[in-house]
Amino acid sequence: MEFRMTVEAAGAIWQREFIRYWRDKTRIISTMVQPLMFLAIFGTGLKSSLARGDFGLDFVQFMYPGIIAMSIMSVSFFSTISTVWDREFGFLKEILVAPISRVSITLGKILGAVTIASIQGFLLLVLAPVLKIRLHPLTFPYLLLFMIMVAFSLASLGLLIASLMKTTESFGLVMQLLIFPMFFVSGAFFPLTSVPRWMKWLAAVNPLTYGVDALRQILLFRQTPAEALYQVSLHPVSVDALFLLVFSVVIISLAALAFNKKN
Amino acid sequence: MEIIKVRNLVKRYNGLTAVDHISFSVEKGEIFGFLGPNGAGKTTTINILSTLLAPTQGEVYVNNFNVLTQKNQVRKSIGLVFQDPSLDDRLTAEENLYFHARLYHVSHSEYQKKKEEVLRLVELWDRRKDIVKTFSGGMKRRLEIARGLIHHPAVLFLDEPTLGLDPQTRSHLWDYILRLKAEKEMTIFMTTHYMNEADYCDRLIIIDYGKIVGFDTPANLKKAVGGDIIILGSPQPQQLKQELAQKYALAAKEENGTIMVEINNGKTFLPRLFEELQTQVTSVSLREPTLDDVFLHLTGRKIREEEATPLDRMRQHHFRRRR
Repeated sequence: MEFRMTVEAAGAIWQREFIRYWRDKTRIISTMVQPLMFLAIFGTGLKSSLARGDFGLDFVQFMYPGIIAMSIMSVSFFSTISTVWDREFGFLKEILVAPISRVSITLGKILGAVTIASIQGFLLLVLAPVLKIRLHPLTFPYLLLFMIMVAFSLASLGLLIASLMKTTESFGLVMQLLIFPMFFVSGAFFPLTSVPRWMKWLAAVNPLTYGVDALRQILLFRQTPAEALYQVSLHPVSVDALFLLVFSVVIISLAALAFNKKN
Repeated sequence: MEIIKVRNLVKRYNGLTAVDHISFSVEKGEIFGFLGPNGAGKTTTINILSTLLAPTQGEVYVNNFNVLTQKNQVRKSIGLVFQDPSLDDRLTAEENLYFHARLYHVSHSEYQKKKEEVLRLVELWDRRKDIVKTFSGGMKRRLEIARGLIHHPAVLFLDEPTLGLDPQTRSHLWDYILRLKAEKEMTIFMTTHYMNEADYCDRLIIIDYGKIVGFDTPANLKKAVGGDIIILGSPQPQQLKQELAQKYALAAKEENGTIMVEINNGKTFLPRLFEELQTQVTSVSLREPTLDDVFLHLTGRKIREEEATPLDRMRQHHFRRRR
C-alpha cells in the first residue's frame, strides 16, 4: 500500500514535470540547437587545425558521443531547476503538505529530468545519419541505456544542488560553474589518455567522463579501427556502467536527505 | 465535536517567541478566526497545524491526529489555502486539480465527480481548460479554494484568503466561503488582519505578539469594549480629556487631536454631555464598536498593516520590553 502510494505520487510529480517541459517549446528548441552548434563550431574548427589525422578516426565521429552526453547533462541539470522554482513561487508548499513521502518527491523530480534528458539524447541519436555518423541499429538499446544512466546520475546531482539553493539565480550560477569544467574534463573534446595527472583525477570523479567513454565505445564499435578506439578509451564499458550506477545511488540518497532536511 | 485541539502551544525561532503558550479548540462546522497584525503568530500557528512546522512545545491535534506523530493523517484531513499563491501557473486549472487529487490518492471516479462540484462552486467550471497564468488574482484564489476541497478535508485552512484582492472580489470570495459552511458544513480555520472580515467568524481569537488577548464571538468581544464609541473634536483636547475624567470618570484616548471615549448608552449620554460640558467641542460622532475598537481596547494599539517585517516587529517588541 505504502509502495503503491509512493509510486502514484512520484508519477504525478513526474507527469507535471513533463507537461511543463512539453509546453515550453523555446526550451525544447534551444536545448536541441545548443549541442548541434557546439558540434558545428568545435567539430569544424578543431578538425581543421588541431586534430588532423592524429587519432585514426574522424573528429566529428570522435566528438559526437561527447555532444550527446553534454546535451543530456545540461538538460538533466536544468530540469532540476523546477525544484528551486517551486520553492520560489510557492508551489513546493502544495507538494510538501500533501500526505506523501519525501522520497516520492525526490524520485518524481529525478525521473522527470531523466525522461526529458533521455528524449533529447534520443533525438540527437536520430539526427546522427544526417551528420554522416553511421549507427548500427543493434547499438541503439545500449546507447539508450547509457543515456538514461548518465541522465540519472546528473539529475540526482542537479537535485542535490537544487535542494540546497534558495533562488533560481544562485542555482543557475552554480550550474554554469559546474557545467563547463565537467564538460571539458570529460573526454568529449580530447582523449584523456595522455593528459596531466591533476586532470586525470578530476576526470575520474566526473560522472560525465564515464558516460562519454561508454557512449563512444558503443557508438563507434565496428565503425572505426578497434586499435584507434582502444587508444582513446579509458575503461571497459562495464566499469563505466558500474561507476554511473554507484554514483547515482549515492547522490540520490544524498539528494533525498538534503531535501528532507531542508524542508 | 472538537476538530482542532491546541494545548499550551509554543514556537520559538532563533530565541524569539512567535507563539507563546496558546490553547484553544475549534468545533466542527464553525468558521474560526485568528485575528492579529502581521507578525502576531498567525501563519506560524497555521504552519504548525498543517505539519509544516514542528512545535517547540505543546500538544496539537487535528481531526484527532497528532501533528507530530501522525503527519500523513493530519495532512489528509486538511485543505490549505496559503497566504501566497501556490498554483502551477503553467498548468491549466484542471491539471492543477488533477495533480492535487493524485497527491492525495483520490480515486479517478471520485476526482471526476468532485472536480465538477468544486469548480462550479467557485464558478470556474468554464475556465477549467485555461492556463492558470491567464487568471486574475481573485480567480487564482478561488481555484486554490477549489483545490483544497478536492480530497474531502475535515478542515479548510485559509491563511489571509483575501489579502491583495480588491473589495468586490473580496466580498465575492466571502460568499463562497459562507456557502461552503452552509452547504457542506465545512469547518473553516482562517486568519486575517482585516477587522471587517473577522465579523464573519463564529468565534474569534485575537492574537498579539504570540499571545491570545481575546477569545469569544465577535458580538461578545464588541460588548467587552463597553458599549458605544464617541469621538469628539476639540481645539483643546487636553482640557477636554481632563474634564471628561473629572466629571464622568471616563478614560478618554487622544488621537490626532480627537478624543475617543467608550460608554454604555451613548445615545442618551450625548445630550447630557453637551449640556454640561465646559470645553469647546467642534465635532462629534457616535458609533457602535467594531473589531478595530476591540483590538485597540485589548492592546492599546490600532491594528493596521505594519510596514516592518514580522521579525523586526518581534525584535522591537522584545527590545521595548527589555527597556
